[in-house]
Amino acid sequence: MSAGTTTAPTYRTLTVPQLDQLLSALCKEGYLTIGPTVGDAAIVYDEIRSTKDLPRGYTDEQEAGSYRLRENAQGYFAYITPVQSAKQYLHPPRQHLWEAVKDSEGFHILPDPPANTRYAFVGLRPCELRAIEIQDRVFLTEPFVAQHYKALRQAAFLIVAQCTRAGATCFCQSMGTGPAARGGFDLALTEFPEEATFLLEIGTPRGQAIVDAIGCAEAPEEMVEQARARQSQAALQMGRRLDTEELPKQLGSSYSSGRWEQIARRCLSCGNCTMVCPTCFCTNVEDTASLTGDHAGRWQRWDSCFTSELSYIHGGVVRKSTASRYRQWLLHKLCTWHEQFGESGCVGCGRCITWCPVGIDITEEAQALRQAH
Amino acid sequence: MSKTRKPKLAVWKFASCDGCQLSLLDCEDELLTVASILEIANFAEATRTVLKGPYDLSLVEGSITTPHDAERIHQIRRMSKHLVTIGACANAGGIQALRNFRDVNEFISAVYASPEFISTLAKSTPISDHVHVDFELRGCPIDKKQLLEVVQAFLQGRKPRTPAHSVCVECKLRGTVCVMVSKGMPCLGPVTYAGCGALCPSYHRGCFGCFGPKETVNTASLAAWLASHGVSRIDRVDAFRGFSAWSDAFRKESEAQERGEGVEHA
Repeated sequence: MSAGTTTAPTYRTLTVPQLDQLLSALCKEGYLTIGPTVGDAAIVYDEIRSTKDLPRGYTDEQEAGSYRLRENAQGYFAYITPVQSAKQYLHPPRQHLWEAVKDSEGFHILPDPPANTRYAFVGLRPCELRAIEIQDRVFLTEPFVAQHYKALRQAAFLIVAQCTRAGATCFCQSMGTGPAARGGFDLALTEFPEEATFLLEIGTPRGQAIVDAIGCAEAPEEMVEQARARQSQAALQMGRRLDTEELPKQLGSSYSSGRWEQIARRCLSCGNCTMVCPTCFCTNVEDTASLTGDHAGRWQRWDSCFTSELSYIHGGVVRKSTASRYRQWLLHKLCTWHEQFGESGCVGCGRCITWCPVGIDITEEAQALRQAH
Repeated sequence: MSKTRKPKLAVWKFASCDGCQLSLLDCEDELLTVASILEIANFAEATRTVLKGPYDLSLVEGSITTPHDAERIHQIRRMSKHLVTIGACANAGGIQALRNFRDVNEFISAVYASPEFISTLAKSTPISDHVHVDFELRGCPIDKKQLLEVVQAFLQGRKPRTPAHSVCVECKLRGTVCVMVSKGMPCLGPVTYAGCGALCPSYHRGCFGCFGPKETVNTASLAAWLASHGVSRIDRVDAFRGFSAWSDAFRKESEAQERGEGVEHA
């Protein structure tokens, strides 16, 4: 969305040395290349310089409340989803908004100009790309535009790694967000690990320009077909599914269901699900002041509907119980997000299922609430 | 109070290790500024000089464990405009509150050659059991940045910003991968009050619960997780019997585990 009109997709083949050339070209153009890498016994997003930094041979096994890194895979993008999403960069955990200085003439507010970092994301999953588009609707819809997000988002170069397999907590097929992205990216890769090559799909003129400079050969028709077949294979491997037919309507009448209290017995109200969710956007504002009182700063920090502070208004906390907080989260994600933004707030990446320490499963809970309807 | 007079700061010690009050001396870069805007009126770790009360801000470290201290805290309260407790001892009774679960006289006779010289209370209790506390700063020890925040908030007449959410939020803010989910490692993060910046998980260790229970805590669900991940009943009791063993939530859970109660995880 950020780089002008989308050209007709053209397909090229990309070798591993050419992927390195692509990363170098992005660096030369001033991009900070962010991609998957092994860190902390998991696949995480971090700065990458070359294909040597990619998690070659690694994959992950995810289940409700469990994640294990495994070293038994072939390819550079054989994992399911990294621990965090692009949210960590485009809507960072802490964002300085402005500072104020007091001098003899009074207080002066010094705005913090938006960062000029140009991120190039390498290997975004299709569900993560859709999550960025969902956050675009939250942060870029007039008249309330988040300037810091806008600057980072517009400068970002997006390279998708199409999914050719799915994990046990994936349900993007149900949410219509994957396993393959059909637009919205600058470039998209489909990996052929046994041949150490990629099918490269060009999505934008600036994607085209950077690929032309490398000089990749046009992809044969059967390679494009094979890539489609592999993506379709991933669609069959989804470990979870969520029936979205009439879901917002049916969940909308579940407010007084006894299921919320049942979930609350397990829910730790720790907030992990909201922190790992690639679309959750809630923040708090923190003011800081120096000891001498002549310097103040305002920060935006991620917050969660699982904290009491988020629903604190004059007179007290609106959502005191864990049941009410979980209900707020699930219903916002799957029901009221439609009313607010005209789409679902869930992309089916499965992170909230995997990274919930006690493995609460949004697909299972939504289904149970729907059946009670 | 004259406008030019600097507010008087006093630091008081009860049953504790001194680690929390040393956090104030640990504020090396900010210490001169602190000393320039506050008059350090009573702080035994820093100076022998003791100025007379009343005091504008009293920082109280330690728990009440003796009849003498149970009297002294009332005197301090009377001399203090604002009283802030710092650390797990002052807020929850500290590690020495482990005595609360047993008969203290048995300990005394086992430990001391002349038990008759020992004058102690049956329980180690938090300051708030004895006097009104204006604010509780969590930690074992407290975080020096949070201590400065509390001092700043006092000077500026506002509420200190010490979020009551879980340590999990701090892990996610700093990008630390969850040790429970990725390693199956026991961790008290989901029930523990934030403030340390998720120190232990960032070094691949589970949280020990130093800052005590967070708001809206669900210790039973975490205990069930511990049980399903091979943590024995006695270790589950001990997990909640750390520095904040006598806090309401952790005490109830350790007692429930001791009785063999618990919910099963699906």
